[in-house]
Amino acid sequence: MAGLLRRRAAARPLPRRTNIARFLLKRFALALVTLFLLSVIVFAAAQLLPGNVGRNVLGPFASQQDVDTYNKLHGLDKPMLSQYWGWISHFVRGDLGKSLQYDVSVGSLLGPALGNSLKLAALAFVLVVPISILGGTIAALRRGRVTDRAITITGLSLTSIPEFVTAIVLIVVFGVALKWLPVNATAPPGAGFFTQIKFLLLPSFALVAVLFGYIARITRASVIEAVDADYTRTAYLKGLGPRQVLGKHVLRNSLLPTIAVVATQTGYLIGGLLVIEKLFNYNGIGQRIYTAAENKDFTLLQSGVLIVGLVYLAATLIADLLYSLLNPRIRFAGAE
Amino acid sequence: MSTTVDPALVPQAAPPPSESRIARRETLVQLLRSPTFIIGTLIVGWWVFWAIAGSSLTPHDPLDQSAGQLLRPSHGHWLGTDSLGRDVLSRVLAGASDTFKVAPLAMLLGVGGGTVIGLIAGYFRGVVDEGISLVINSILALPVIVISVVAITAIGSSNATLIVVIGVVFTPIVARTVRAAVLAERDLEYVAAARLRGEHAPYVMFVEILPNVMGPIIVEATVRLGYAIFAVAGLTFLGFGVQPPSPDWSLQIADNYQLLNSGTYWWTVLFPALAIATLIVGVNLIADGLQQVFDR
Repeated sequence: MAGLLRRRAAARPLPRRTNIARFLLKRFALALVTLFLLSVIVFAAAQLLPGNVGRNVLGPFASQQDVDTYNKLHGLDKPMLSQYWGWISHFVRGDLGKSLQYDVSVGSLLGPALGNSLKLAALAFVLVVPISILGGTIAALRRGRVTDRAITITGLSLTSIPEFVTAIVLIVVFGVALKWLPVNATAPPGAGFFTQIKFLLLPSFALVAVLFGYIARITRASVIEAVDADYTRTAYLKGLGPRQVLGKHVLRNSLLPTIAVVATQTGYLIGGLLVIEKLFNYNGIGQRIYTAAENKDFTLLQSGVLIVGLVYLAATLIADLLYSLLNPRIRFAGAE
Repeated sequence: MSTTVDPALVPQAAPPPSESRIARRETLVQLLRSPTFIIGTLIVGWWVFWAIAGSSLTPHDPLDQSAGQLLRPSHGHWLGTDSLGRDVLSRVLAGASDTFKVAPLAMLLGVGGGTVIGLIAGYFRGVVDEGISLVINSILALPVIVISVVAITAIGSSNATLIVVIGVVFTPIVARTVRAAVLAERDLEYVAAARLRGEHAPYVMFVEILPNVMGPIIVEATVRLGYAIFAVAGLTFLGFGVQPPSPDWSLQIADNYQLLNSGTYWWTVLFPALAIATLIVGVNLIADGLQQVFDR
């Protein structure tokens, strides 16, 4: 066994480009495996749902014959494997089937909902990136002082508090007490761009609060690394002012990895969306999944969750791509 | 030695404390010197006390609906009453009990399972490790709350389901931490010595390596406890967690948040929200204190 343990120890150094391609290929394969796993989990969960689907949809007073016909029509009497194949092969072709509860195509329900969620997520991202990079940079430059401690501790606390809890406090302060922002997230129909944003501000603040701590911490770490690096000392020694050193050397080297890391936070954002959308009665994909789960509308639930998984994995892949492209440069800068 | 001698005069009388005991005492002393740990313990202790005391010490019965509905905070009801006429202060004080029934057990399940899997993956490496890591990474690539909602929908919601679902979702996360810690230990000499003595793999893993990776595991456990409370709160708010009529904080928020649309009745949701926030910050302060002691 010792031999087996030892054999893997020596890593063969490869040309850098091959390394990246290999890493990305591995990531891509992992994403595919993950998607497959997710689809199986969701499908299995849907099978476990208590009760007969036809009975659930048609209600307790429908005749047994009608229930059987319904199940047959929707292919629910077929063996599990062929049901799974039926669902997944249609999903890949963009046909998400029909919602059991609303009797309209799942695509027409999830499409606009996904659009709404992306709007909210985009606004949250646009707000959180500059705010947390600023916070992290200030903390790094004031390392060990009160400002640093305050930013770090606030960030850590906000990250660990559920977003709906933060949102409640925000609503009470800005919506109820000060009356600056609307309590509801859905703008009246036909509202302009800025009105829509105004309605989305409170929910996105709640999402910003959760992400701030994490991104600020990463920024702080990479700024500190850059400040301590040899090239920064060289920049000072060759007579550059602190502002130039910060802008041209420190930030340029520390922001790119930060932005790549930010992309990996999409997952938290999506998880948070599910909760925030309910709190603000916002018609996003989280709200759809949640209602589908509540009403045991499993065609809608399956496809909704799989779409969330797709978005999530796409974001992670992009993040990985960014990160691996930037990584050699980070290693090259090699602070330690 | 049973004569009445002042123990201070015979310092060597007691059997010399073992090395691990000294180390443990050292850790404890350091913890008691850490302000974050103390403050965290006080906050969590306060809520544990009320969770145990339950409705016996609260000013009103948390389930009693006899007061007027939606009364503002006043002398009779310090934090007002909710939409069913229940005293908000009593409900906030009693609101931690279900969280404390679910979150620690879910954490233990996740940490227990994760430790075993992490030890196996880190110790054997090779094909076993790669297989386990693949599954772990693909589970970690999914939003926790989405997986939990799907699972709970399928199984039906109860405290037991909550514990199992959150525990299982946490297992791969803990496993990854433990695996990393084991990787750092497994090539050290004491492990090689045990192996050369001919000890079996389970013995080396659990008796030799495990005690040496306890630090990261304890820290991970406290961090997981915070996340377990987070998860219970979120799932309960969505209606998939603790069920009514429990005075659970998230349930109070779920019951009353629609009232905020009217622009009043803030007291029905603000105080339970602050309670959740303090409990989670408390747990994280403890985790932070532990981390600083174990990381040195």
